[in-house]
Amino acid sequence: MEDEQSFSDICGGRLALQRRYYSPSCREFCLSCPRLSLRSLTAVTCTVWLAAYGLFTLCENSMILSAAIFITLLGLLGYLHFVKIDQETLLIIDSLGIQMTSSYASGKESTTFIEMGKVKDVVINEAIYMQKVIYYLCILLKDPVEPHGISQVVPVFQSTKPRLDCLIEVYRSCQEILAHQKAASASP
Amino acid sequence: MVVKAFFPTCCASADSGLLVGRWVPEQSSAVVLAVVHFPFIPIQVKELLAQVHQAGRVGLAVLGTWCHRRQEAEERLGPFLEGLGAIFSHEPWLQLCRERTSGLWSCKATRQQGPTRPGVKDQVMLVFYDQRQVLLSQLHPPAALPDRQAGDATASAEGLAAVFDTVARSEALFRSDCFDEGPVRLSHWQSEGVEASILAELAKRASGPVCLLLACLLSLISAARTCRVFKLRPLSFIWSKLSVCGQLGHRLEQLALVFSTQKAESPAQLMRKANVLVSVLLDVALGLALLSWLHGKDRIGQLAEALVPVADHVAEALQHLLQWLMGAPAGLKMNRALDQVLGRFFLYHLHLWISYVHLLSPFIEHILWHVGLSACLGLTVALSTLSDIIALLTFHIYCFYVYGARLYCLKICGLSSLWRLFRGKKWNVLRQRVDSCSYDLDQLFIGTLLFTVLLFLLPTTALYYLVFTLLRLLVVAVQGLIHLLVDLVNSLPLYSLGLRLCRPYRLAAGVKFRVLEHEAGRPLRLLMQINPLPYGRVVHAYRLPSCGCHPTHSWGSLCRKLFFGELIYPWRQRGDKQD
Repeated sequence: MEDEQSFSDICGGRLALQRRYYSPSCREFCLSCPRLSLRSLTAVTCTVWLAAYGLFTLCENSMILSAAIFITLLGLLGYLHFVKIDQETLLIIDSLGIQMTSSYASGKESTTFIEMGKVKDVVINEAIYMQKVIYYLCILLKDPVEPHGISQVVPVFQSTKPRLDCLIEVYRSCQEILAHQKAASASP
Repeated sequence: MVVKAFFPTCCASADSGLLVGRWVPEQSSAVVLAVVHFPFIPIQVKELLAQVHQAGRVGLAVLGTWCHRRQEAEERLGPFLEGLGAIFSHEPWLQLCRERTSGLWSCKATRQQGPTRPGVKDQVMLVFYDQRQVLLSQLHPPAALPDRQAGDATASAEGLAAVFDTVARSEALFRSDCFDEGPVRLSHWQSEGVEASILAELAKRASGPVCLLLACLLSLISAARTCRVFKLRPLSFIWSKLSVCGQLGHRLEQLALVFSTQKAESPAQLMRKANVLVSVLLDVALGLALLSWLHGKDRIGQLAEALVPVADHVAEALQHLLQWLMGAPAGLKMNRALDQVLGRFFLYHLHLWISYVHLLSPFIEHILWHVGLSACLGLTVALSTLSDIIALLTFHIYCFYVYGARLYCLKICGLSSLWRLFRGKKWNVLRQRVDSCSYDLDQLFIGTLLFTVLLFLLPTTALYYLVFTLLRLLVVAVQGLIHLLVDLVNSLPLYSLGLRLCRPYRLAAGVKFRVLEHEAGRPLRLLMQINPLPYGRVVHAYRLPSCGCHPTHSWGSLCRKLFFGELIYPWRQRGDKQD
């Protein structure tokens, strides 16, 4: 079952949340950011090239122009491969674990999988971020030494940063599955 | 609870048969390792499982049935498969089925006993995994494996590490292939033919005697080294000062490790051996390339011809510097007499040094040629030699620094002690603190006089000290850069990086799942893939121990030493005696 809804992030940009319910024990949430806009790309390129041309008129060295082109290309490739995240996905599978995937604009995907045995709970936390107070969804991990302690807090959707309404949707679905998991693990 | 069935992708196209694997009750998951095909004799299947249990200490069992069929054959196999559940009883009994034409899956897991009604079905989730990749990969951090000597085969590896552990221990099961004439026909990742390479087998056979020979050779060399060094005192002193010797010793140790006749106990040790071998080979290759470049087109001759004029030029620059200091440097007014004394002393020292360099100049080409041959031992050795040559050529700067530092240190000590006298206190050596003291009038008079003299001579000494310390720090920085490069070549784990690049599944940070096409009413199917380790973590986990040329002082203590005029040796190797 697939379902798509439109939300906004903390800065006001548009986000699209895609929900896929594969089975009662497996759900996937996919948040997509707006793509790299042509306007900002053109603006940055023009600025860099104008600055390079200005330097060229001062120094009369044509290496500056080729260096500027090189820098622009490398910078763009580096930005697409290491910085610009297109999509963030959260896959929660009952009795297996929770998987978070970030897909970059160049196609690279970086995945983290947390086993269900290590997950204590999924909560929405408040944080002070610059001059704002924002909400973020995070996974609490169990402490192997202390049974009621928390060893780590893993934030989810760090780059897309959706607002509370989107987080509540995801939170409700996750809690349904976690409740199911806790009931199953409580009974022998 | 949902039953997870880990199914190997290679068995998805196998014919119908029995599922053989391991049941992990804590996670309610069944790890399927192979499919046993019809016809078979149940006793022989049980014997095979017992054999594998003994070899790998992993408790295998028949988990259920596998049915790969067409629509028409359904009626014939159905009751037959139900009957097998009676012969090989297992809780829960899995029944996996796949239709040949449409490729649709269906699964059932039935329990006969348990808290709920007998004969109830559990929900099944299929997780496909690539058996070859899971067998060959290593998880980082490695899960704590139980003792091999433990009687029962209960692997306490947590979570998904249990799957990896099970597959790794069941290697004995994968030894037979479809061309064998054994009693039981299995389907697994090697059933099309056992993987092997002729070159690898030949190398394994040859490595035994080769390692033995090289180990003997290396032990002879290290024995010769130890007996000579500790006999002659001046030789051992020079040995400890030259960085080439340190680098050669380090390489010798590494080679002894690689060619030792003991087999590697753990995968980490095996990786370390491989990393060291690749690092040494690359080093020697780069060294030989450097050697061929140096010896072509008479570059050594050109270098030797350029060396003496460069040394002359440096000496001339130093002379100009000293003349400048003897005048009014930067407009500061110096104490004329002391200035002249110090300046003339350093100028004479410089003159002596230049004469010695000129004495050596006819032999420099030969020395360089022979020293250049050391590049065939490796690029690191060549770089260490370069660092030592720089140290030897700038020996006069080092001497100037030591003279300046000692003078300055003496002055500071004298000043601090006389300052205490000026205030009527003294340093109590017994109690290690400052105590008040009553001095005689003549003691106070002479003390104050000396204090004034030292204070007004301080700027001159301080300036000489500052200039020579800066020169010394420059030389030390250049040497430090070279040592950093040597360190990099020494400690980079190239084999692990190459493995990460070409066979990313071998070094696993974890797993990742992908949901395969899902239809309503059919079981959930997931694909488990290996999540490779990021490059930074590969370097961190497998970096080789280096020579140990790290700065032993922090910035704060360095500044403190500079201020008080104590001698600094920022690139001191570990284990050296303090001067």
